[in-house]
Amino acid sequence: MNDIIINMTGIIKRFYVGEPNELEILHGIDMVVKRGEFISIVGASGSGKSTLMNIIGALDRATEGSYTLEDTVIEKARDAELSAIRNQKIGFVFQNFNLVPRTNAIKNVELPMMYGGMSQRDRNRRACELMDMVEMGDRLYHQPNELSGGQKQRVAIARAMANDPAIILADEPTGALDSKTGRLVMDLFHTLNKEQGKTIVLITHSKELASETGRILTMSDGVFVL
Amino acid sequence: MNITENIRMAWEGLKANKMRALLTMLGIIIGIASVIGILTIGSGLSSSVTGAMGSLGVSNITVSLQRKSNDIGNRRLGNITEDDLITNEMIEALSARYDEAIAGISLSQNAGGGQAKDGHRYANISLTGINAEYLFVNGINMARGRNFIDRDILRGRNVAIVSDRLVNNMFGGDTNKALGEEIVVYVGNEILVFIIVGVYEYEMSIYNMSNASERDLNTSLFIPVTTAKKIANAFDGYTSFTVSAENAVDSIAFAHQIQSFLNRYYVNNDNFEVQTMSMESMLESLNTMLNTVSIGLSVIAGISLLVGGIGVMNIMLVSVTERTREIGTRKALGATNGNIRVQFVVESMIVCLIGGFIGMLLGGALGYAGTSLIDTGAYPTFGSIVIAVGFSLGIGLFFGYYPANKAAKLDPIEALRYE
Repeated sequence: MNDIIINMTGIIKRFYVGEPNELEILHGIDMVVKRGEFISIVGASGSGKSTLMNIIGALDRATEGSYTLEDTVIEKARDAELSAIRNQKIGFVFQNFNLVPRTNAIKNVELPMMYGGMSQRDRNRRACELMDMVEMGDRLYHQPNELSGGQKQRVAIARAMANDPAIILADEPTGALDSKTGRLVMDLFHTLNKEQGKTIVLITHSKELASETGRILTMSDGVFVL
Repeated sequence: MNITENIRMAWEGLKANKMRALLTMLGIIIGIASVIGILTIGSGLSSSVTGAMGSLGVSNITVSLQRKSNDIGNRRLGNITEDDLITNEMIEALSARYDEAIAGISLSQNAGGGQAKDGHRYANISLTGINAEYLFVNGINMARGRNFIDRDILRGRNVAIVSDRLVNNMFGGDTNKALGEEIVVYVGNEILVFIIVGVYEYEMSIYNMSNASERDLNTSLFIPVTTAKKIANAFDGYTSFTVSAENAVDSIAFAHQIQSFLNRYYVNNDNFEVQTMSMESMLESLNTMLNTVSIGLSVIAGISLLVGGIGVMNIMLVSVTERTREIGTRKALGATNGNIRVQFVVESMIVCLIGGFIGMLLGGALGYAGTSLIDTGAYPTFGSIVIAVGFSLGIGLFFGYYPANKAAKLDPIEALRYE
């Protein structure tokens, strides 16, 4: 099996292409992430972190350059294939959790499996395991608005793990949490990384959190700086 | 991701917003209820009219004289002479020629309206001369006594068959007492005396509907047709009569045969000809008319369905905007555009289907109540239920598609960032 999970070369992202206000955000990003790595991407607001994250997460395509995720060449994929890639290979963890409202915790965890076409019974079993793993086994049927921030984020992490993705893509996962619950979430990422060998890409502006990870990539004005 | 999952998801979404779902349904409920209600009342009305006319005999054929004219407005009989009338000989010839097809021929002569009086007791009557077959052809049942016999008709006797209502007014409801009694009738300036030989059962029908009180109800007082001709000083002959065809006979075709048979007598008549009309063809055209009216009304009610559908679209658009982040999240988790589109279309179809179902119950109740006022209550027909369900689903699909497509095409990045 290929040990390189993310292989990006010369990624350029421009907005409003061909218009007078054309804007280049990423100026040629090269990046390689190996299986089992826990890396962080840091940078000030406006440095292009989010744009890069959208490209890594297959939510957006690069204007130029090539990006291979495991064995899939992203720039050649059609829209429906991108949906499948997000579904199978990427687990998103957002700053503001983004649990689907009016849908209980376990149903939220089941969502990626449902879109992946897993049977009701299998995904229910898997969702229960995942909820146990994030120590939320006693809150299976709680609605998102009945959960605290830390609990929501743990459900979100369980959801990200649902289809056993190649990478967990966490965008400021502790940004909306107090330092204590933030700590718990970070510990959970460390556990996933060490015990399950999960590849994790953490996007943050906190140097402190970044320093816990194996490798730090610092972004400034659309390029990596040392 | 199969359809039951979509339905469950849509159901959860609706449950989370009950009031809004109900308000969205309201347009569909009202629309479907009015369409079903109108169709039910329409079909109830048409079956009650058919029933009422059928009880008089669908096999009846009315034969009448009319002026030879291409101008429909000028077909009044006007100054008709004795030579123009349909004679007894013609009727006998007809009866002999089509003996097997004819169940009865009903002749009548109106001799004016008036009052039967006995001291302070009275009853309003219309004096109608009839032949013996009249009662049978017109479906009138005898309560007691006898029908007219040949001698009554031939001699023009002063005998009468009265209604049970008249017996109520004049003889305290005792039919035994009424039979054989004399009854004094005031018609115009004349005072006539008849001997009661029979009593018939009066039935209210759409033909003699009246809002008079029971006491003042006007009923027919039947006398022999020959007697009536004398009283009315009328020509010996008829401008119209009714033929009752045997059940096995196709009355529409038979009506044409009668018409051409009798018109042979009128070939040389410059002014008049015979026209026949079968009850069956009248029923058919009446039913067609009623159906047209109820379909027309349903189309108007259908406009409220259209408005309801636009309401559904409106709310679905609001719902899509409100759930932009959710849509973004679902897309990030791997939902395809198709998944999102189906989710919203199914949701709008479910709203419409539930609305349609409630509307159907409501419309059925409305139709039942409406038809109960006219006659016996009628239930919605199977066809109208199919139309209602089909329409609701169609509206859900049609008006749900645009919002659903809007949701499906949202850019996941924009949607996730939406505040």
